[in-house]
Amino acid sequence: MILWFAVAQIIVAVLAALVSLIVFARRSAPNDYVLGATLLVGALLLAQIVIAIIAPFAGNPAAGDPLEFWMYLIVAAILPFGAGFWALIDRKPSANLVLLVVHLAIAVMLYRMLVIWG
Amino acid sequence: MPETERDERRGPRTSGLGRVLITVYLILAIGATLRAVYQIVAKFDEAPLAYTLSLVSGLVYIVATVALIKRAGAWRTVAWVTLIFEFVGVLVVGTLSLLVPALFAHPSVWSWFGAGYLMVPLVLPVLGMVWLRRGGSRTAVVAAAHEGTHVSRSEAGA
Repeated sequence: MILWFAVAQIIVAVLAALVSLIVFARRSAPNDYVLGATLLVGALLLAQIVIAIIAPFAGNPAAGDPLEFWMYLIVAAILPFGAGFWALIDRKPSANLVLLVVHLAIAVMLYRMLVIWG
Repeated sequence: MPETERDERRGPRTSGLGRVLITVYLILAIGATLRAVYQIVAKFDEAPLAYTLSLVSGLVYIVATVALIKRAGAWRTVAWVTLIFEFVGVLVVGTLSLLVPALFAHPSVWSWFGAGYLMVPLVLPVLGMVWLRRGGSRTAVVAAAHEGTHVSRSEAGA
């Protein structure tokens, strides 16, 4: 993992959670800001997949178990797309809360990935 | 959107709180199961009992998630049984991880009362049971029907 990129990802995920919370507090369905933030979190995770494939060949191997790392990364990468899709087919204020939970979970998982990578 | 058609396809209507609860359950179910699979594949000999229990709890979370999504008829009973199992599990294993650290002080879903999962495993079954109780089987149907007409009316007005 590239440290600054992973830290940036965690910050973006926490900010996305914050945006979801604000929009939920206004009792409105997920708007473009919420879904845009979710898309950004998802895109960054896809970029992280590419980085994690290339990094070991560029002299940056994982210190921990790659299997554990990849389990976290794949599940984390699926979450924003799954939750975003659910928010699109069922546009209610509570969808913001679902995205809030997902973004916080992704932030925690990214932290765990950083620890495993070492 | 025709509410009745959607209700038939998706089962009982899911309220805001229920939707969040199901999301948290889903993430915990996937996380706990995959982590247990990893622990069993990579380091089963370190703590066979704790890791086996981790896998069992992960699978029970999956069943609980499905039961909470359906939660009608027999699924309601399944939801209650799995929630009680989880609550007892986190209390017993949480206590044992402090009393018999040799056997249980390994990172599993329930060790140290779920501290590795931000205490979510301790809180979640309680919230789930409160939520199940609030929508008793009969009143849930009535409430769902009521809410359904209410929502479609407000949507028509919007």
